[in-house]
Amino acid sequence: MSAPLLQELERGFDALPASRRDAAGLAAARRAQLAAALSDGLPGARAERWRHTSLRALERRAFSPLPAAAEVDPSVLAAIPAPRIVFVNGVFSPPLSQLDGLPDGVSLLPLSQALQQSDAREVEFLARRFEAADETFARLNAAFALEGLLLRVAAGVHCAKPVALVMLGAAAGGDHAVHLRHCIELGDGAQLTFCEYQLAASPQAHLLNSFAHLHLRRGARLDHVRVQGEDAGATVLTRSDAVLGSEADYRRTDLEFGAALSRHELNVALLGQHARVTAGGVLLADGRRHLDTRLNVDHVARDTACELTWRGLGAERGRVVFHGGIHIRAGADGTAAQLSNKNLLLSANAEIDTQPVLEIHADEVQAAHGATVGQLDETALFYLRSRGLPESVARTLLTLAFCRVVLDGIHDAGVRERADALLDARLPQVAA
Amino acid sequence: MLKIENLHVRIAGKEILKGLNLTVKPGEVHAIMGPNGAGKSTLGNVLAGREGYEITAGTVDFGDKDLLQLEPEERAAEGLFLAFQYPVEIPGVNNTYFLKAALNAQRKYRGESELDSMQFLKLVREKLRVLHISDELLHRAVNAGFSGGEKKRNEIFQMALLEPRLAILDETDSGLDIDALKMVAEGVNHMRSADRAFIVITHYQRLLDYIVPDQVHVLAEGRIVESGDKNLAHKLEEHGYAWIEQRRTPERTSV
Repeated sequence: MSAPLLQELERGFDALPASRRDAAGLAAARRAQLAAALSDGLPGARAERWRHTSLRALERRAFSPLPAAAEVDPSVLAAIPAPRIVFVNGVFSPPLSQLDGLPDGVSLLPLSQALQQSDAREVEFLARRFEAADETFARLNAAFALEGLLLRVAAGVHCAKPVALVMLGAAAGGDHAVHLRHCIELGDGAQLTFCEYQLAASPQAHLLNSFAHLHLRRGARLDHVRVQGEDAGATVLTRSDAVLGSEADYRRTDLEFGAALSRHELNVALLGQHARVTAGGVLLADGRRHLDTRLNVDHVARDTACELTWRGLGAERGRVVFHGGIHIRAGADGTAAQLSNKNLLLSANAEIDTQPVLEIHADEVQAAHGATVGQLDETALFYLRSRGLPESVARTLLTLAFCRVVLDGIHDAGVRERADALLDARLPQVAA
Repeated sequence: MLKIENLHVRIAGKEILKGLNLTVKPGEVHAIMGPNGAGKSTLGNVLAGREGYEITAGTVDFGDKDLLQLEPEERAAEGLFLAFQYPVEIPGVNNTYFLKAALNAQRKYRGESELDSMQFLKLVREKLRVLHISDELLHRAVNAGFSGGEKKRNEIFQMALLEPRLAILDETDSGLDIDALKMVAEGVNHMRSADRAFIVITHYQRLLDYIVPDQVHVLAEGRIVESGDKNLAHKLEEHGYAWIEQRRTPERTSV
């Protein structure tokens, strides 16, 4: 007997628009992935990769997988400049999107458009099968996702303007499960700044299951910023699978301060020599928010590098779960791996679980990791107060500083300022 | 301005200050000298309101206020400034932003209008010019990656900007070369005025060649055991702190 969550999705599968569901020769693959998800069920307490994130409450809820149209006040997008592609409850919104103004060699379109053309090659990433029993959400995504973003930058093209992907959740008279699948590809030497927003247009308790494939070919550079500021009732499951060719340079920053439950799996495969990933994140868990980030960086080729910097904040009854996995394979000599996860526990009822895991099978590597959970430095607090800052202001300032280290890594000044402003707006509530 | 009477302070159950008395009037510069472990830094920290100190007896009046009842930020706004012996590095907090926020918080407390960015910058430039400090340290995070000398310069700069009524310099001379020492002294001397007082805590007499004190006190074993004019500092330099001990012993037996 499967959980209500899965039962409701199974019922909805047959009601999906068949023209898109079965397009590009994917009908059988979608059904197979759904069947696998149903047969293995949702990962339980014994699933190692879900040990600190319980799905017991979630699995009892029912979400409709059918599209849910909703009206949205465009002002929520005011701070996000074009070009941008906007999905409301998973439905592509032409009036809110602005896809023009891109340089030659940059193509940006909704997945539905490619599915309509039933071009199997264009959407071959959709045929990927997920074998592990705990990859339930990837399987569900493979079965249900009919929409998403396709973004390709041709070899040698430098896209100066940041491209934004906006996933908006909006009230729609019921709880919906939204499955989105994205593919971002950069050709040899291509460069792009890409911003991904998961935001609320109105209060709701939807489930967003968003999966992005990122492919950086030789010498490509991608600056990727993701902001998760969903409604406090929403559930967000995000998976990012990045594959890096030789000399590719992937920089990403994740800022999470929304949702009731948010789980992010970031998998980076460093397949080419001298490929490099510099990733950082800020997790702000206040209220009863549960934020789980799971990194898996796979050093396959030699002379690859990763630098991972995450900051977590647990306030009120919030919970932060961080797993920093680095795998250095045999033969990946010359690898440099660095992981830092620092956390602030701002309340006695908050909880933080952090686990750095280094697995090294090569001989010549430089690897360092550190994980701490602590409180604000009392000496620094006194220093600021001794200059006249009230205690609450001093606490906020120190907490901001603690997180800002991560945002400093954002390359594009406009994007960095927006991220800074979001953090500035949220932190006084968390730190106070 | 400042009146300390019979101050007793404990840290983790151990008594550090054992009945300290000190009166500082506006316009005066007091030097407090003493051997390591005498309680010099404890005095500065207690006056500034640092946590972790248990005050078991005594009173401290600052102007018309009971200082010990005030929060650290209230003491600052009332005009008390402590230049730290070890200024704290705070990565991620911009020096200028911090100082503007601090100054405006103090002004707000005192019912004065807050300075806008233009007014603040004008004030900053004026102070930098007087102190011969480059504006480079303004753009950096508070003390982050500063050399020892830069940190102390930053303390003096903060003091100049916040214009306290009473400034306590806690071993500001420690670890400084002669140029940095002179700069610190110049900063203090420039700020000396009829309505501002200084307490200069130091282990060595050297700083007092440049900041000439009105009174010198020797703090030993939690009390002020000897007070005098600037010549007392020279005697100490000549004879060492053991000399104080020798002088005290017969007095004790004679009582």
